Amino acid sequence: MPTVSVGRDRLFEALGCTYTYEEFDELCFKFGIELEEATTEKAMQRKEKHLEEEATEDDGEIIYKIEVPANRYDLLCLEGLAQALRIFGGLDPIPTYKVANVGKESMLEMRVGKETSKIRPYVVCAVLRGVTFDEARYNSFIDLQDKLHQNICRRRTLVAIGTHDLDTIEGPFTYEALPPSEINFVPLKQTRNFRADELMEFYKSDLKLKKFLHIIENSPVYPVIYDCKRTVLSLPPIINGAHSAITLKTKNVFIECTATDLTKANVVLNTMVTMFSVYCERKFEVEPVKVTYPDGKSFVYPDLSIYNMNVPLSYITGIIGVQLPENEVASLLHKMQLRAVESVSENAEVKFVVSVPPTRSDVLHPCDVAEDVAIAYGYNEIPKRRPASLKPLPLSQFSDLIRSEIAMAGYTEVLTWILCSKKEISSMLNCEEDKSAVIIADSRTSEFEVVRTNLMPGLLRTVGHNKDHPKPMKIFEVGDVVLLDGTKDVGAVNRRHLAALYCGANSGFELIHGLVDRIMEATRTSFVSPGDCEGYYIERSEEPAFLQGRQAKIVYKGNRIGTFGIVHPKVLKEFDIPDPCSFVELDMQSFL
Amino acid sequence: MAEDAILEFLEKNEEISDSFKFAEQHGFLHEEIVNVIRSLNGFRFVDAQDIRRERWVLTEEGKTYASVGSPEFQLFSAVPPEGIAREELQKKLDPAVYKIGCQQAIKNKWVEMAKTQVSRKVHHADDKVKDSLLRIQNGEAVNQEDIDALKRRKLISQQVWKGNSVRKGPNYAPKRKRAATDLTRENLQRGDWKELEFKEYNFSAKGQPVEGGHLHPLLKVRRQIQMIFLNMGFEEMPTNNYVESSFWNFDALFQPQQHPARDSHDTFFLKVPSTTKMLPEEYVERVKQVHESGGYQSRGYGYDWKREEANKNLLRTHTTAVSSRMLCALAQKPFAPKKYYSIDRVFRNEAVDRTHLAEFHQIEGLICDRGLTLGDLIGVLHDFFARLGMSKLRFKPAYNPYTEPSMEIFSYHEGLKKWVEVGNSGMFRPEMLLPMGLPEDVRVIAWGLSLERPTMILYGIDNIRDLFGPKVDIGLIKRNPICRLGL
Repeated sequence: MPTVSVGRDRLFEALGCTYTYEEFDELCFKFGIELEEATTEKAMQRKEKHLEEEATEDDGEIIYKIEVPANRYDLLCLEGLAQALRIFGGLDPIPTYKVANVGKESMLEMRVGKETSKIRPYVVCAVLRGVTFDEARYNSFIDLQDKLHQNICRRRTLVAIGTHDLDTIEGPFTYEALPPSEINFVPLKQTRNFRADELMEFYKSDLKLKKFLHIIENSPVYPVIYDCKRTVLSLPPIINGAHSAITLKTKNVFIECTATDLTKANVVLNTMVTMFSVYCERKFEVEPVKVTYPDGKSFVYPDLSIYNMNVPLSYITGIIGVQLPENEVASLLHKMQLRAVESVSENAEVKFVVSVPPTRSDVLHPCDVAEDVAIAYGYNEIPKRRPASLKPLPLSQFSDLIRSEIAMAGYTEVLTWILCSKKEISSMLNCEEDKSAVIIADSRTSEFEVVRTNLMPGLLRTVGHNKDHPKPMKIFEVGDVVLLDGTKDVGAVNRRHLAALYCGANSGFELIHGLVDRIMEATRTSFVSPGDCEGYYIERSEEPAFLQGRQAKIVYKGNRIGTFGIVHPKVLKEFDIPDPCSFVELDMQSFL
Repeated sequence: MAEDAILEFLEKNEEISDSFKFAEQHGFLHEEIVNVIRSLNGFRFVDAQDIRRERWVLTEEGKTYASVGSPEFQLFSAVPPEGIAREELQKKLDPAVYKIGCQQAIKNKWVEMAKTQVSRKVHHADDKVKDSLLRIQNGEAVNQEDIDALKRRKLISQQVWKGNSVRKGPNYAPKRKRAATDLTRENLQRGDWKELEFKEYNFSAKGQPVEGGHLHPLLKVRRQIQMIFLNMGFEEMPTNNYVESSFWNFDALFQPQQHPARDSHDTFFLKVPSTTKMLPEEYVERVKQVHESGGYQSRGYGYDWKREEANKNLLRTHTTAVSSRMLCALAQKPFAPKKYYSIDRVFRNEAVDRTHLAEFHQIEGLICDRGLTLGDLIGVLHDFFARLGMSKLRFKPAYNPYTEPSMEIFSYHEGLKKWVEVGNSGMFRPEMLLPMGLPEDVRVIAWGLSLERPTMILYGIDNIRDLFGPKVDIGLIKRNPICRLGL
């Protein structure tokens, strides 16, 4: 996207209003341009030279760097920006650009030579009469040419612009293509005469111009524009002649655009003349030039005609998704420089005839018109329509993510029963009877008396039944336990637990401790010192199921969420396990 | 055994005030005693305090004088009562002894040195230097003045000695059981686990790092975003084709051939295979028409469309190339609405820096249906981005060759306290859809963003090369938390 640098104060003056940075940023956002930064000429130079100097008071004028859409050539200069924003704000009417009524005899003419078809076949021209330049306007005029050359002109390959002081030259002009050795002139910013081929050599060391030499360098003929006295106006797309250079005093400007793409040449010429006709004696009026081709066909430029587009109201509102009355749509279009006249067709369909001005070459299709209505209405005012979609259950998704992490840490998942016997959650774990357990009334078997309150018996039974499995054995389970809970309608609640167990020649206590750290890392929990409620820490515990001195509680954000330790040998014996085990169990719902 | 000696001693006595003396009294090397104390202290059997003592030892020179006498005494002794010629005296003594002896003897006023003659000034001299040195050697007290004098003459030097004073600790027992570090199978078999006493475990340190595999953070995020799309009812487009023709990558999207993105500065064009072999000719003709002169109510771009440009092969610059193929295929069948997504690699001819790579991942979602509006687009964007944790959105008008209207998506970043651009969206242009043959009232809303940017924000990474590519920090991949997007 191109960036335009404009003086803030001049811009605000043109807008007839001053804004804070934030206010102007907001305006830009709504309009679809972007205020990139506020800087100064000196600050930009410092940045370019990578100087670290501090900004000073006298850095001069504040410059706004504004990013504009790549297809809005009319916003590449202050004049166009100010005009668009004034119309957007309802301050100005849409300008009507006019081609001056010039008699056939007095119309300037550009005659095109046959040879140009070999290198750069098209030229379009126009004249701005009675222009008043000052330094700022003059700089803007030059900058706009630069910006157009960089963007739509694709670094002058498609179109090149030449601007001349008409009072120093005399028509009819000729656009020719000649062998380089036959072209002689004093180029802009030089004082001596150069032959075209010498000049190309000379510019090879010119940082700015050497980039354009390739466009014509290898051609046997170079394009060149002469006036009737054989004064060279320009050697497109490289350089203009010094003779016709415009100055602050120039009143009448002759503009020629040579091109390989006629559509873009017209867009470029129209952009130049519409933007700067604001400074003409007759505002918004441009004097035409006749271009005559060798086959005798001639065309008058600029073509400032309006393009009329038929757009049904329903098409516009259908795209936006807001039912808008026709008068509102018309006034919204007006804010975007598009005149719209309503018409009702036979089938009672409301339609607009939208007049696309020569400044809006970006409007190609009714969808562009619809977009302008949407912008003027405000994208952020459009009510949203939520599509039907599903929300996953965070608990399940989270459990699955954690399960993968633990499996990747080398633990194998087991799936054990929810139901167990009373002693499995009490005496076998070296504990008192668990008062928080849901008790089954009439079980067929004593194996199923209660609903598990922790995952420990299931994992220990699994180890007990897998004594022959090579050691170490690393297993885990993620599953629900059920606890009595008076706050629930049924008096009980599920909790999602995670348990892991290591069994080997040694207890693997430090490995289980390391797994706790990994789980915390995976849930982005930092290791903190005891008492800190921001992360997790480990503290000694005294649980009968674990060996004294080799067990600890896990404290997460101030709450105890689990325990790990070496399983007490008495417990191991209960489950018929001959090898030492370490075990961790924690409440996973705490992480959600 | 030193340990028993210490523990037994402490059973009857309050304190071992000096480990050195204790070692001496009990016939141990001091070093051994200190080691045992350190170990006992670690298990809190005892509380040990460091003590530090300085003592003087003789230098080599000092040792010589302690045995043969100080130079001044040697010199004095060499001078007979009647005196002696200087030369004679010099011959009798070692040159160093003579030199130092002269200075010290004169200073002590023991002798007088005339020009040629040396004579005694006192009848008798005491070799105090030798005496002091011997006392120091024997560990006897010497007064400070003498110490200073000897130190100045570099005859003695200081040696620092470290030892401990020891009292009972909280775990004191007259006899220490062997401290265990872990419960072993043997402990269980022997049943001696009941007697085990564990070394204090340090819970303020982390456990042993887990050995296992880890998934790449970027792909963890991709997985979650895939889940999000699936939950929103989107199906995945096949994007396993990096080589694409300019036609499907640009022309089919109504992106004009002079567009800057089609410069070799921005796109990787291919040398081999340089051109595409086959394009759907009828469709190509419609695309050419719409570029050149419009149609479908469009003005077109008004330029000469070149087949050679469309044939140029490239590495796709966006996954929208796949979307254009998918939509074109959709248009060949009776219309049915579709929701598509893809997350895959795209390529740009860009200089690599902290925030740019020549290849990255594009996330793209699109909905193709009749009567879709901007309200639908805004709605689906709110749904999608809220699942990524971005619920405050706003939209800026923007330009994109193949969407109209186009909206840039901004999200309010609570950390940065500002709006940041998070993606691009819009409705595909009729000039793109109608040549494919889609019905006129069918609209396509679409959005795209990179996978890297949200991932970098999510994991606080500010250099993209730390995340993706060979310069990645493997430690970062290992430390990475699970991705909880979409939960």
